[in-house]
Amino acid sequence: MRFATDLPPQWHATVSVGGMMRTVLYALVPALLAHVWFYGAGILLNSGIALLAALATEAACLRLGGKPTAPDLFDGSALVTAVLFAFCLPPLCPWWVTVIGMVFGIGVAKHAYGGLGYNIFNPAMAGYVLVLVSFPEAMALWPAPDIGDLDYLRPDLAATLHYCLLGSLPDGLTIDAVARATTLDSAKEGLGLMRTMDEIRTRPGFGDFGGAGWEWVNNCIAIGGFVLLLRSVIRWHTPAAVLGGLLTMATLAWLLDPNTHPSPGFHLFSGGAMLGAFFIATDPVSSPTTARGRLIYGAGIGILTYVIRTFGSYADGVAFAVLLMNVTVPLLERWTRPRVYGRAG
Amino acid sequence: MTDPIAYDAQPRRPAWGVRTPLRKSLSTRQPILVAPPPPLVCISLAQCPGAAARATVAPGQRVLCGEPIGEPTGAGRPRFHASISGQVTHVEARLVAGLGAPVPCVVILGDGTDQRWPGYPPDPGADGRSSGDLQAGLAAAGLLGLGGALFPTAHKVHTATGAPVLLLNGTECEAYISCDDALLRERAASVVAGGRLLLAALGGQRCIIAVKTDMPQARVALYNALQACGDPRVVMSVVTAKYPAGGERQLIELVLGREVPAGGHPADVGVLCQNVATAAAAADFFLRGQPLISRLVTVSGGGVARPCNIEARIGTPVSDLMALAGGYQREPRRLIMGGPMMGVALPSDDLAITGATSCLIAATDADLGPAAEEMPCIRCGDCIEACPASLLPQELLVAARTVNAAELATLGVTECIECGACDYVCPSHIPLTRHFIRAKAALAST
Repeated sequence: MRFATDLPPQWHATVSVGGMMRTVLYALVPALLAHVWFYGAGILLNSGIALLAALATEAACLRLGGKPTAPDLFDGSALVTAVLFAFCLPPLCPWWVTVIGMVFGIGVAKHAYGGLGYNIFNPAMAGYVLVLVSFPEAMALWPAPDIGDLDYLRPDLAATLHYCLLGSLPDGLTIDAVARATTLDSAKEGLGLMRTMDEIRTRPGFGDFGGAGWEWVNNCIAIGGFVLLLRSVIRWHTPAAVLGGLLTMATLAWLLDPNTHPSPGFHLFSGGAMLGAFFIATDPVSSPTTARGRLIYGAGIGILTYVIRTFGSYADGVAFAVLLMNVTVPLLERWTRPRVYGRAG
Repeated sequence: MTDPIAYDAQPRRPAWGVRTPLRKSLSTRQPILVAPPPPLVCISLAQCPGAAARATVAPGQRVLCGEPIGEPTGAGRPRFHASISGQVTHVEARLVAGLGAPVPCVVILGDGTDQRWPGYPPDPGADGRSSGDLQAGLAAAGLLGLGGALFPTAHKVHTATGAPVLLLNGTECEAYISCDDALLRERAASVVAGGRLLLAALGGQRCIIAVKTDMPQARVALYNALQACGDPRVVMSVVTAKYPAGGERQLIELVLGREVPAGGHPADVGVLCQNVATAAAAADFFLRGQPLISRLVTVSGGGVARPCNIEARIGTPVSDLMALAGGYQREPRRLIMGGPMMGVALPSDDLAITGATSCLIAATDADLGPAAEEMPCIRCGDCIEACPASLLPQELLVAARTVNAAELATLGVTECIECGACDYVCPSHIPLTRHFIRAKAALAST
């Protein structure tokens, strides 16, 4: 009897890029639900728009590059980028902002560098930073979280849709009625006005550690992160180093003077700290591959996030910190090459 | 209280490697099946790497089972024996299992009597003999490393003479293969006796028999055999069931904590590594007068009706062993010699087995899983964690694709043991090992 032959290995673990991307998406579901619970359906709308923009850009780039569109377009990476990008956007966001972010993230940050696997910068963060510096007012439009005890008007789905499509709210609603400063903004502004953290924390919108509502979104993101760790999609080094770096800086400053420095818990549960640690910094393509490299890379993101939040002009610094550390990856990999078995140190 | 038989208290757990499905119990449900002498054998005279042996028989000549048919052509080369009694029909180049090109072979048509050649009398007092005498005996027996490399045992022992540690490898870390497990379950005393003989031939001080956590029956049998033997120099060590923990260098690192220098040999760190089946074969020769004429072969996979371990004569056609295991079922997709990681896919089952044939897998789609399409590397780093040689496969891939010889050498492609662990875990299904094998060959030829 005759048989077909092939070179070894003859089999393969049941892992795939598509499977990894799917797990990442499942891990984001709790956070997505929490987001909808506290901030309304805006994130779903933004995710949908971001996904359409991402797929269209990816298809166009693959076609321009003369590559077949079929397998690469549906590997799930564009979907993950779109959802992560939508997590950075305020729930009230005009559609063209979302589209511009994704066209830049996928078209320039990903495909201009060679597509999946070759991009230096995290596409979601590149897209977000572009719209953050281009549309600063739009990026500051966070509705207050729906926690029941605040005196404000919550934009309903119709209002969200209206704002998304036209860039304005329906008659009778004003921006000031539906949007509030985020807690990171409040803290930065308050500290700039020489208020103490205790005074700042009396404002509505603050929760136990970070922003009321938002800290629950962050909790859910952390839960998703642990799912990724358990499913071996990510390794512990990067998130531990990001959170460790941020926590170390925040704790040192807080111990020096708790009145003028937000608590370590506030740093951990505000802004993009959890998303950055578990879902952004762990992007395999734009982060180091060695264990030691990941520790340095993560710690760099954590420290830079603190530095930008404290001394920079932006309230949050995760996206900038990630992009800055993306640049160091080739160098980190060269420095942290393991010693080859059997060779002298 | 320390156990005099256990070398270590805890199983040795590697930081590298992969966990694959093991599927060894498929073939260990029934005892070893001793195959009757087959009607025809085709014995390769070039089983180990290097020059082939010179045939000492001619077509038409009658030979007895165990009679020498091929004499070594140089120092350290092995001798080959007829594995059945009968008449030599051909001495010619033929394809055998596991090699891509025809090699010199002796074909014997059996007479069914299995009459033994009387030239090797049993020697019950062999363990009292000198190291030199024993090494000569190993050479006469035509012993080859039965772990799969088929390196001539006498030569390997000779070059390592005086190494203090003999490490007997019974860890067979590849999936499906269970022949060492079966050997230890049923013939542990033979392994221990052979270990002592090899230790005497080596002039070493200690023999460590390494087994794996997932072979409990074999461990009990070995433990009992060691207790019955009562030689304090022979102990056992247990390593975690992880691939490729059974690689020579990997096992030395795991059990002894020593690293074989790049380009060096285990003897450089005072170790001689041999497979447990080789030890049992040494015992068979010295104590029963039987040279290397047979080996245990695992016949397994979803494509065969009754998976089992068969004691088969060297040179038996694969199809005979498949028939003994109940024949094919469910349309096997591949016929693999060895394990699914490093094994070779055979083009046909009329090929004859060699000493390297530890396992034959009639693999169905359910065994191997679906074939997957190659994607770009996403730099996940899983290959780095899997690599037992601490290489960076994803960087080696770039260097191999760009044929950057300097970078390949710096990154250590020569230390790649071609285990396939990086391929196995790659979510982008990149055939990394193939690239490295090609790159190694290209580097060696410049």
